[in-house]
Amino acid sequence: MTITRTGRVAAGALTALLAVSLTACSGGGGDGGGGEGATADEIEAALQEGGSLTYWTWTPQAEKQIEEFEKAYPDVDVTLVDTVGAGESNTKLQNAIAAGKGVPDVVQIEYQSIPQFQLPGQLVDLTQYGFDELESLYTPSTWGAVSQNGGIWGLPQDSGPMAFFYNQEVFDDVGVEVPTTWDEYIEVARAVKQDDPDRCLANDSGDPGFTTSMIWQAGGTPFQNDGESVTIDLADEGTTRFAEMYQPLIDDELLCRLPGWSDEWYAALNDGTIASVALGAWMPGILEDGVPDGAGKWRVAPMPTYDGTPTNAENGGSTESIPGAAENKLLAAGFLKWLNASDESIQAFMETGGFPATVEHLGSEEFLGYESEYFGGQKINEVLAGGAADVNEGWQYLPWQSYANSVFADTVGQAWLDRSSLLDGLAAWQEENVAYGTDQGFTVNG
Amino acid sequence: MSPFLVVFALMIVTPLAYSMYLSLFRNQLMGGTTFAGFANYVTALTDPKLWDGAGRVGLFLVVQVPIMLLLALVAALAIDSGRLHGRSFFRVALFLPYAVPGVVAVLMWGYMYDDRLGLTATVNDLVGFALLDPYTKRWILTAIGNIVTWEFVGYNMLILYSALKTVPHEVYEAAAIDGAGQFRIVRSIKLPAVRGALVIATIFSILGSFQLFNEPNILKEIQPALISSYYTPNIYAYNLTFAGNQVSYAATVAIVMGLVTAVIAYVVQLRGTRREA
Repeated sequence: MTITRTGRVAAGALTALLAVSLTACSGGGGDGGGGEGATADEIEAALQEGGSLTYWTWTPQAEKQIEEFEKAYPDVDVTLVDTVGAGESNTKLQNAIAAGKGVPDVVQIEYQSIPQFQLPGQLVDLTQYGFDELESLYTPSTWGAVSQNGGIWGLPQDSGPMAFFYNQEVFDDVGVEVPTTWDEYIEVARAVKQDDPDRCLANDSGDPGFTTSMIWQAGGTPFQNDGESVTIDLADEGTTRFAEMYQPLIDDELLCRLPGWSDEWYAALNDGTIASVALGAWMPGILEDGVPDGAGKWRVAPMPTYDGTPTNAENGGSTESIPGAAENKLLAAGFLKWLNASDESIQAFMETGGFPATVEHLGSEEFLGYESEYFGGQKINEVLAGGAADVNEGWQYLPWQSYANSVFADTVGQAWLDRSSLLDGLAAWQEENVAYGTDQGFTVNG
Repeated sequence: MSPFLVVFALMIVTPLAYSMYLSLFRNQLMGGTTFAGFANYVTALTDPKLWDGAGRVGLFLVVQVPIMLLLALVAALAIDSGRLHGRSFFRVALFLPYAVPGVVAVLMWGYMYDDRLGLTATVNDLVGFALLDPYTKRWILTAIGNIVTWEFVGYNMLILYSALKTVPHEVYEAAAIDGAGQFRIVRSIKLPAVRGALVIATIFSILGSFQLFNEPNILKEIQPALISSYYTPNIYAYNLTFAGNQVSYAATVAIVMGLVTAVIAYVVQLRGTRREA
């Protein structure tokens, strides 16, 4: 979720030629599905016997979790590699797999990036370890994200049902109420702008993660794939519903044209220039960390709806997976199961601000009753977990979502720049994706 | 093999040969990596995205490089003239931006360009209207050119200045005795003396222009819609590799652009040395 700049920039220092020669082309590698399965007993035996493994993640809670793990299994030595953010992690993993060297045993992957590694056969199918039996532990939307094309490709770590986070102080100052529908949202945006042209209800300069989640929330299912064939319809009912609702925000310049995660963005959240964000349930941790001046001022509410019926979408969230080229798969399987299916680990994850994907923990009294000081004592998890129950089913990302996101600004993003039609931008995005998908060997309808 | 040849083979020939090897394949998510012959080259020759980027760096080259080199030349002549007070200060001050890591420089400028918080906002507030508007389609390439000029004027100035330094002092004395004024000295002694250095600086700048990457790529973080995923050929190759899973096609793009750059640099060198002869 947090895309750090320094890392990407450092990678950027390479010239294209260099970058290309670094990416060795030793083929996909890895055994997609088959290979050596193992029973729960065999996995437990491997953990007792011990060994060492490497875990790539950008989860802030990982350190605490590993500490707990090594207490439980003192003979296993876990080397933590902080991959800083999703974008960078994907690049690193892709390079390691291509080079056939330095591949981690367990790696964090965003839900939307699973197909990118799964389709070329670079991930281990966890059904061979009996992990398909863990289904009932997780929320349907997160389980749906890790199970596709007939396999289980990771165990969900967290989830990001969307919520509306807002700065109560600014709202009071302007004299507006929390919007419950998108129509109200637009009115509030207008009021904030009118009150002070330098301020705005929210920022948006065209973000693929946000836009796809918004389409999801509106009931759109523009991407459907069953492995080889992909259907793209970025003009379906839900997508159109979102685009038509959102267009006035662009046309009347009601939002700050400021990209998320930039220094300017944090500054604007801190000084109240931006009065709200609609993002995943992992946001409270980010606010506490990055927006210290907002302490006591921020609150959270359910996402605005279209017609009063609560609907929601996921935004971000990730899983941990085992690459096919991992050296110690049995041990990795043991660690992975402990990491995302054991109470000790998930407790440690939650204590440090994580938003779990497990039904039991999401419903626990301790979790729901937590009163956040940052949010002025509000029981934020009640709102956030409530949002998890309303997530629309049936959403799928493209098998090449990373690439699709990389050309989003070229197409849809132009709407924000030129104040042009969002639907036209989406149509252009569709065209790019149909061409890319076809070129990549898929049967694409769109 | 002599040590030179070993290093040459390892550092120059191997990566090139490897890239050429890569460029003969095709990477697909469904289907994996297959041999494709020269198909990537055929695609590249008619790829509108590649040539859009190439055209942009070409325009950048034609406009930004002469401006930058002219500024560098004027600065070198000023420092060399002996009439400038505190010239070692100016020499260091002009060179300093080159010592700033490129990434830092772009982040700094990126912030100054911001029309809400940055220097742009201050200037616009002062004059009362939007005089500066760097983050628009119209001005963004100029804004990038400004950053590159800021970064490299001092570097080029040093190249030219060191060439001026090689002129023996007696030549100036002789010129003065012959009654030549400052401008005559510049025209007849100094400019011919820096011609070789100028050719080298031009070639470096051509290479730099075609490899334009850092500046737009960092600004893309701030202004994603203004800078496309194929804004320059290098950004295109980078995106193809890391987001598009198309290492082989990216290698092709790199090789094609390498050839274009080599041809242009060669022509410039030929012209430069012919004039010298």
